[in-house]
Amino acid sequence: MKRTILFVLIFLAVLFVACAPAPTPAPTAAPPTKAPVVEPTKAPVATTAPAQPTTAPAQPTQPPAATKAPEATKPPAPTATPQPVIPPGRVVVEFWHGLTLPLGNILEGVAADFNKSQDKYFVNATFKGAYPDTMNAAIAAFRAGKAPHIVQMFEVGTATMMAAKGAIKPVYELAKETGVNIDPKNYIPAVAGYYSQDGNMISMPLNSSTTIMYYNKDVFKKAGLDPEKPPKTWAELRSMAKQIVDSKASTCGFTTSWLTWAQFENFSAIHNVPLATKANGMQGMDAELKINSDLHIRHMQTLVDMQKEGSFKYGGRDAAPDSLFPSGECAIMHASSGTRARIVSEAKFAWGAAMLPYYDDVPGAPKNSIIGGASLWVMTAPGRTVDEYKAIGEFFRYISQPEQDAKWHQATGYLPITLGGFERSKADGFYQKNAGADIPYLQLTRTQPTENSMGLRLGDMPAIRVIIYEEMEKAFQGQQTVKAALDSAVKRGNELLRAFEKLYK
Amino acid sequence: MRRRVIFNNRFLPYLLLAPQIAITIIFFFWPAGQAIYWSLLRQDPFGLRTTFVYLENFQTVLSDPLYIEAIQVTVIFSVSVTVFVMATALLFAVMADRQIRGAQVYKTLLLWPYALAPAVAAVLWMFIFHPSIGIVGKALISSGIQWDYHLNGAQALVLVVIASSWKQIAHNFLFFLAGLQSVPPAVIEAALIDGAGAWKLFRSILFPLISPTTFYLLTVNLVFAFFDTFGVIHALTRGGPGRSTTTLMYKAYMDGYVNLNLGESAAQSVILMIIVSVIVWAQFKYMEGKVHYT
Repeated sequence: MKRTILFVLIFLAVLFVACAPAPTPAPTAAPPTKAPVVEPTKAPVATTAPAQPTTAPAQPTQPPAATKAPEATKPPAPTATPQPVIPPGRVVVEFWHGLTLPLGNILEGVAADFNKSQDKYFVNATFKGAYPDTMNAAIAAFRAGKAPHIVQMFEVGTATMMAAKGAIKPVYELAKETGVNIDPKNYIPAVAGYYSQDGNMISMPLNSSTTIMYYNKDVFKKAGLDPEKPPKTWAELRSMAKQIVDSKASTCGFTTSWLTWAQFENFSAIHNVPLATKANGMQGMDAELKINSDLHIRHMQTLVDMQKEGSFKYGGRDAAPDSLFPSGECAIMHASSGTRARIVSEAKFAWGAAMLPYYDDVPGAPKNSIIGGASLWVMTAPGRTVDEYKAIGEFFRYISQPEQDAKWHQATGYLPITLGGFERSKADGFYQKNAGADIPYLQLTRTQPTENSMGLRLGDMPAIRVIIYEEMEKAFQGQQTVKAALDSAVKRGNELLRAFEKLYK
Repeated sequence: MRRRVIFNNRFLPYLLLAPQIAITIIFFFWPAGQAIYWSLLRQDPFGLRTTFVYLENFQTVLSDPLYIEAIQVTVIFSVSVTVFVMATALLFAVMADRQIRGAQVYKTLLLWPYALAPAVAAVLWMFIFHPSIGIVGKALISSGIQWDYHLNGAQALVLVVIASSWKQIAHNFLFFLAGLQSVPPAVIEAALIDGAGAWKLFRSILFPLISPTTFYLLTVNLVFAFFDTFGVIHALTRGGPGRSTTTLMYKAYMDGYVNLNLGESAAQSVILMIIVSVIVWAQFKYMEGKVHYT
C-alpha cells in the first residue's frame, strides 16, 4: 500500500515535471493583444439580419476560446468564418495568425477576399492562439518540417525571427525571387522601418498601432481646464492632472497602459534618445540597454512624484489599466491607439485624443513615435516550391493595395501600413466621421524616423519588458529609488541580451 | 493484507499491464527524459543551432539570484496553501460529519469548486478582489485599506494563495470526510462513554485515526501547490507585481514558453523534478513510523 502510493506520487511528480516546459496557458487569460479592438460597429442597431456572409455556407470554424480576457467587452463579434473549402488546382498558402475575435474574423475575411479576387492561389488563415502561442506553434511546426507559409508574429518577437536565418525568408528576397513588386517606399517609414534591415523589408507589416493620449473632456471642464487643450508637455500634463485631483473633478488624474511600450519605448523615440545602443539593436546583437539615462530617470521620477501627489495611478501591466479611462476614473490615459474602439463603445462622457506629450527642454523632441503590433513572416519548409512563394508574394501585394489597406485600417482601427491607405481613408472622409482617428498616423509620421525612432530589435524583448515592469513596480511601491530600479533593469536586461546573443554565436 | 493473485499464463499479466506501462513511458518517462536531455543543451528556439553545454544551464540557473527568490516564493506559497487548505478542509469535514438537516446539500455545495478549472477560479476571485471592479476590493479601499494587488506583493501573494486553495479545499474536504466516516463508531462511542469532550475526541481519537488521509493529502497538496497553480497565477498576477508571485513553476514557464530559453527552462524542470522526488521520499521516510495505516 505504502509502496504503491509512493510510486503513484513519483509518477505524478514526473508527469508534472515533464509538462513543465510547456504547460497549457490558462484559456481565460489570453495575454491582452497589443492593439485589440475594432472600430465601433457604427451603432448597435440590431435591425438588420446578423451580418450576412456573402460567401459559401458559413460555418464557425474559429475556436472562440482563449479570447475571454476579462476586459473583453468588445462590440459583438461578426458571425462565422467562411469554411475553408479549398478549390482544386489552387496553390494553398497556410497562414497562422494570433488575432482573437473580432479582429481574427476580419483578418480571415481579408484572406477570403483575396481568394475570391483571383483563381490561382488560396490563403488558408487559421487562428493559433494568442501571439506567444502562435509563435510556439510555428516553432514546433518548423522543427517538424511542417512550418506554415506565413506566420503572424508580434513585434517584440522580431529579433528572434530575424535571427532565425534558415527558418524564414525575408520579404525582399521573396520579392526578388518571385518577381512580385513590393516597394518599401509605399509603406509608412516608421512601420516598414521597424521590420527592415539596411532598408530591406524582412517581414510584412500588418496590424500596427502606436500609443497615444486620451483625455476626458468633461472632467477637464469640471476641473476648470480648457477641454480643447490637452497637455502638450509633461509639465502641463502634471499640473493638469494635479488640478484635476485637487479640484476633486476626478480621483485619478493620469494613468498609462503599457508602461514599457508607452513610457520607455515610445518615450525614447519621441525624445530621440536611445533605448539601447546599436540603434536600438537594429545594427547588431551586441546592443546594451540605455534606459537608465538621465532623461529616463527624470521621466520615471516624474511618474513616482505624481503618484505621491495622488495624480498618477499605476494600474498594472500591459493593457490592464485600459479600463481606468472609459470607466471615468482616470482623466488622462496613455494607451494603444487600438483602445479607441473600446473607449468609443464604453465611455459615457466627452473625450478627446491627442499625441503623447514630451519634455519641451529636450532638444529635438518631439520625434515620431514607434509602432507595436505584429507582422507577417514567410517561413521555409522542406520542399516548398517557387509557386508557393509566388502565392505568398501575391497575397502581400494584395493587402498592400491602398484600397485593401484602407479597408483594413477602417475596419480594425489599426494604423494603415501604406501611405496610400491613409490618403485613401482621408479621401473616404473617414477622419471627419471619426474625430481623432488620424492622431496615431499623424504622430507616427510627425518626423522622419531617426536611429532612435525607427523601432527596436532586442532579443528576449518580452522578458525585458517584464523586467522593466518588475523593477518599476518596486519603485512605485517605494521599495527602491527610480535610479536603482532602472540600473537594475539595465543590468538584468543586458544579461538577457548577452544570453540571447550567445544562442547565435 | 497482502493478497496474491496467481496467473496461469505467464504473459497475461504483462499484457494486462502493457497499456498502463505504455502510457507511463510515453507521457511520463519520455518527456522527463527529454527534459533531462534538453537541460544539457543550448539551442535557439528554432533548433537551428545546438551546443552541448554539459551542466552550464544548471550552473546559470542556480547562481541566478532570481531563481533563489523564486524558491523562497514557492516555499512560502506552498506552505501557505497546504496549511490553509488542510486546516479549512478539516474544519469543514468535521462540521459536515454529523447529523444535520440538509447535510447532502452542504456537501454538494462544498464540492462544487472542485469542478472548476483553476483559471476560472482565478477570474472569479479577480472579480471579487479587483481594486476597481471587485466588490470586496472596492469595500477594502473605501474602508481605508490600500488594497491593490497589482502593486502590493504581499496582497498579491495572499490573493493567489486564497484562489489556489479554494478549489483544493473541496478535494481535501472529500477525503477528510471519507476518512472521518470510516472511523468505527464503536471507538467513538467508547470515547464518549469514557467522558471525552468534543476536542478531546477529535484530538485523541479522530485525528490519529485519519492520519493516513492527512498524510496523503499533505503530499498531494504540496505537489499541487508546486505544479498545479500555474493557471491561477497566470490569470491573476502573471507572477507580479515585481516577482512576488513568481513560483518555480511559473518561472520555468516564462523562461521556456515566453522567453524561449529552452535549455535553462529544462534545467529548471529537472530541478523541480528532483525537489518533488525528495519531498515525497522524505515524507515517506520520516512519516512512516508515525502514520497509522488501516
